[in-house]
Amino acid sequence: MTKVGVARLAFVVIVFSALELLCRLGIITRVTMIPPSEMVTSLWDIVESGRFNSDISFTFFNVVAAAVVAIGIGFLLGAGLHSLPRLRRPLEPLLSAYYAIPTFVFYPLLIVAFGVGRTALVVMGSMFGVVAMIVNTTLGLDHVPPAVERTGSVLKLDVLRQLILLRLPAAAPHLVTGVKLAVAYSIIGIVAGEFILATAGIGKRVSFAYDNFDNRTMYGLLLLLLVAVMLVNGALSAWERRLHRRFGQR
Amino acid sequence: MKSRRLDTLALVAGALLLWQALHWMVGANVISAPIATIARAIELLQTRSFWDHAVSTATAFGVASVIAILAGIVLGLWLGLRRFAGDVADPILGTLYSIPKITLYPLILLIFGLGISAKIAFGVIHGIFPIAIFTMNAVRNVAPVYRRTAQIMQLSPVTTGMTIMVPAALPEILAGIRVGTALTLLGTLIGELFASTAGLGFALIRAMDVHAVTDILAITTLLFAFAASVNTLLHVAERWVRHHG
Repeated sequence: MTKVGVARLAFVVIVFSALELLCRLGIITRVTMIPPSEMVTSLWDIVESGRFNSDISFTFFNVVAAAVVAIGIGFLLGAGLHSLPRLRRPLEPLLSAYYAIPTFVFYPLLIVAFGVGRTALVVMGSMFGVVAMIVNTTLGLDHVPPAVERTGSVLKLDVLRQLILLRLPAAAPHLVTGVKLAVAYSIIGIVAGEFILATAGIGKRVSFAYDNFDNRTMYGLLLLLLVAVMLVNGALSAWERRLHRRFGQR
Repeated sequence: MKSRRLDTLALVAGALLLWQALHWMVGANVISAPIATIARAIELLQTRSFWDHAVSTATAFGVASVIAILAGIVLGLWLGLRRFAGDVADPILGTLYSIPKITLYPLILLIFGLGISAKIAFGVIHGIFPIAIFTMNAVRNVAPVYRRTAQIMQLSPVTTGMTIMVPAALPEILAGIRVGTALTLLGTLIGELFASTAGLGFALIRAMDVHAVTDILAITTLLFAFAASVNTLLHVAERWVRHHG
């Protein structure tokens, strides 16, 4: 391991040990937070007993569905917007202000439209994720070098082939950034929706445990959620870095 | 310039038409009509209670922004100037930036209780990391000759930061502030939705409880207009600094 890696590991270990100590000494009370080691054992119990498996798979499949919808629609809208610069210019400040507003205030409206259940949550998640994909698709297509576009016309490729064979690979690093953010925001949208109102899901179980002062279960579930997000995010970030290296940092 | 204004007008008209079409498709129970919503928004702007909530949100958002910006810039400067510390912190900051902070709401609530401090804390944890990351990368990208000049002149770390690094890295720092304040507003509003008894987020959750569709859309429209204006202002500042700084 490199020196930087060792230092990073040491930093994380120190932070968690300090938290553990503060909790064990009672400076942080159990009502506020349980010691990190207990969060881990609680997480282990949750995984081993399987008592939340149906909630975990409920949230998981909703996130997958929402992310797929957000990425697909976001890509199409982003590509469309890229070809319409006159629409794009006035729209840009609105797109970058989008994430200042908690979109999940529309969740109750979605419940009226679709009922309490998967559909409302998936729509919520994809509504939150789609804008990140739109923005990064337009950015990615901006970064396609003119030489690549000219190659397409020299080879007399049709529009579809130019898009699939040339532009997509050249825009890939930004597209992956878009995918990463769309997934992250879909998760936020869905978990927020589950917090507010749902019949199942990790968010629903967290808010239920919170309401019942069941801190052990609550922190176990939160840890599960955070570890899952970090793994997905780490994998997508690694992919993103590899693409950036391959296509050069532009 | 004139054609640009025309484009904006066309966009607004198109958006209103789309909104109206959606309203006809799904009904007033889900989406209120644009004209009714805007009328309601104007009506709200004339009520006392709206402004009480708005002031409460603005106070929390203001305090949270100041904390997130100052702490984010100081952290980013320090990590940008110390190569090793920056390398150690980089992925940690990235992880903290990307975790869904909304999952931390029970923790924040348990620490701060209901009230303005929970809202501020929620705003700060949303805004501080992007600002720190943008600042750190900006400082790292400052031309090495500036850094060496500071060394030769034997400037203290604080003077180096204030007189050399901040001005040189200002455009990117402003970009970080733009992203960071947008997320700070999001965090503050989430805090109000889940952990508060005042503010526009609280007004929203109350409207949600009684299913006042027009109110939800009217308040959201006003908030969105505010967020877009702040964003545009910071964007203009960023461009100005890039060309004149």
